[in-house]
Amino acid sequence: MANLKMTDIEKVYGGNVRVLEDINLDIKTGELIVFVGPSGCGKSTLLRMVAGLETITSGTMEIDGLVVNDVPPAQRGIAMVFQSYALYPHMTVRDNMSFALKLAKKTRSEIDEAVANAARILQLEPFLDRLPKALSGGQRQRVAIGRAIVRDPKVYLFDEPLSNLDAALRVATRIEIAQLKESMPDSTMIYVTHDQVEAMTLADRIVVLTVGQGIGQVGSPLELYERPENEFVAQFIGSPQMNLLPGEITATGERTTVKLEGGGVAVSAVPTNASDAGLKVNVGVRPEDLVETTSEPLFEGNVSITEALGEVTLLHFDRVGNQDAVLAKLPGIHAGLRGKSVKLSADPSKVQVFHGGKSLYYRN
Amino acid sequence: MNPAIQGLLTIVIGVSGCVGYFYFSNQLLDKVLFPARGEHAGRNINRANMVRPWLFLFPAMFALGLYLAYPVFETLRLSVTDRDANDAFVGFANYQQMFGEAKFWEAMRNNMLWLIVVPAAATAFGLLVAQLTDRIAWGNVAKSIIFMPMAISFVGASVIFKLIYDTRPVDQEQIGLLNAVWLQFEGGIGSFLFLQVLPALILLSFAAIVAYVGYLYVRPFVDANESPGGPLMSAFRIVVGVAAAYFVYLALANTLAVLTIELPYGEPQTWLTIPFWNSFFLMVVLIWIQTGFAMVILSAALRGIPEETVEAAIIDGATPIQIFFRIKVPQIVSTIVVVWTTITLTVLKVFDIVFAMTNGQWETQVLANYMFDKLFRANDWGVGSAAAIIIMLLVSPILIWNVYNARKEMS
Repeated sequence: MANLKMTDIEKVYGGNVRVLEDINLDIKTGELIVFVGPSGCGKSTLLRMVAGLETITSGTMEIDGLVVNDVPPAQRGIAMVFQSYALYPHMTVRDNMSFALKLAKKTRSEIDEAVANAARILQLEPFLDRLPKALSGGQRQRVAIGRAIVRDPKVYLFDEPLSNLDAALRVATRIEIAQLKESMPDSTMIYVTHDQVEAMTLADRIVVLTVGQGIGQVGSPLELYERPENEFVAQFIGSPQMNLLPGEITATGERTTVKLEGGGVAVSAVPTNASDAGLKVNVGVRPEDLVETTSEPLFEGNVSITEALGEVTLLHFDRVGNQDAVLAKLPGIHAGLRGKSVKLSADPSKVQVFHGGKSLYYRN
Repeated sequence: MNPAIQGLLTIVIGVSGCVGYFYFSNQLLDKVLFPARGEHAGRNINRANMVRPWLFLFPAMFALGLYLAYPVFETLRLSVTDRDANDAFVGFANYQQMFGEAKFWEAMRNNMLWLIVVPAAATAFGLLVAQLTDRIAWGNVAKSIIFMPMAISFVGASVIFKLIYDTRPVDQEQIGLLNAVWLQFEGGIGSFLFLQVLPALILLSFAAIVAYVGYLYVRPFVDANESPGGPLMSAFRIVVGVAAAYFVYLALANTLAVLTIELPYGEPQTWLTIPFWNSFFLMVVLIWIQTGFAMVILSAALRGIPEETVEAAIIDGATPIQIFFRIKVPQIVSTIVVVWTTITLTVLKVFDIVFAMTNGQWETQVLANYMFDKLFRANDWGVGSAAAIIIMLLVSPILIWNVYNARKEMS
């Protein structure tokens, strides 16, 4: 029910440790935005700045057009779900969920209605009179979400809500959160995670944060996967990470041809000008986009290790010089390729070309 | 023999005796009683391992039995016999005699007063200091200073406070801090504001707080938005309400008294001889010492509260006061109970402070000092032992509760 606007947000600790800088974001009403990034990139700090638990060093934060830099957390219209649930251990589930409403001096009937409603949505009705210690991890997480729902906030904030759950429960709870979002199409949500799968499956848009260089890219999950703006995002999204192969542009035009240092020739669908010929670039291609070929290869190398996972086989190639080892992910089982030489190529539309770390697709 | 050599010799004999006991008793068990060889080797090893814990426990159990358990029974026996009549059994005669003495009831009343005031004040101050010094750069320095009295013996502390309460004749310089301060008041408007209006205001705010707490408990009966809970809870609410009303009445009545009293300005006071109030002057000494203890334990407990629950409360809109009373205190309530009961035990046994400062005169007697008086000054073994038994009866339930809570705390 609210949009959120960050302008030139900056966070500096102790006068010299710059955690976040140059953060400009426009989050629309009803969007589910996911912040991802490596540890230490400041994604949780940014979320806590939205919540009001961290001060904003400079820049402005607006919720619904109102600058909230100096508004206390409770009056920002936000609710937060913590990684460790942060339930009040001495209160029953019901009291946990009604605490905020009691503080807001709501009447008893309003509180009961809000709690009953949240309990119904989250299937917590049988547990309302239990203490948190008598609940499983998944149930505790649902109580934490329920505590957010009863306040009917404008913006929901999730700080790695699934990382304390085991793998199976994580998938189930992820789907519950997706359904919850669907049932409340007007509420804006910000979700912090280091898990790409959560980011890719839940997000309307993903914000990739870099360590110390602000926002890497903002876009829909598939945009980030198919057209990463820079090498950092290209390698951060997708697993195993994208191969980067150094080379030099030899032919320009509608398509670009790059002669690689490893000996191969890459063709990318990115258009280039004649003046780009001879430019030193890195060619990026995802392991799953590499296919076996008999014609002129993009890459040719000796398979050092194969990892057959059943549906796919990972091929690790011998290192050439001091480059990173190249990986390929071929469908099916190819355990017999170990020690053999393999020729690989890729669809030009799936080949990225980076110059100075930035994708040529985004040059204009 | 030179005492130093004697001491050294004692240490050597004691330590080697201990080591020797454990070594030889284990040897005896493993080599002689249950040797791990022959046809029953396996069975013998199991048996030896079942006996072994008792070998290690024996010295402690023996010493505790000799110096703790035996005296309890001996005291019990002494309390129902008459030593002068050749240890004749006299039933409860000693207790009857004791219950007939005004001094005993004075000690009992004072002990109860100590019991209410000292643990409450020490725990409250300790909690306050722990919370206020949390996350302050110089907090640790403040804590160290407040903890320091813990290192002073009760007698040492009593001597310090005796100097504070000291009195000299009017024409001499006062060396007692309290009298020096007292003599600064000369009955002017400042004295009136400071010694009559300020205490009156404190009493009034106390009345207001008590009235509010009482109202919170009684509110569910008049407010449809809240339910009073079960019959037990309802009864408790009524009790709290009535008690609050009584305290409010007391506070208001005393406010009037404080405002109209005529204070003896300009005369040095012998503080420790003012009945009723002198007990409080003695209590200050123990509170001064025990606050440090409460602070250290409660400070550690506060640190153990998950930071996220506090942040969640901030987002839920709780004020710092609400966070303290509704989020933090409930989470450390079991530690508060342990601290409270531990101090209560110390208070029930309080002896040194009273002994060193007033020796029970001017209506400051307490049970432990009364017992000492009877047992070692009046040489009345019967009544003295009866007093000791009374103290033990008072301490035991609190001790059991304390141990129970401490164990719960640890698990």
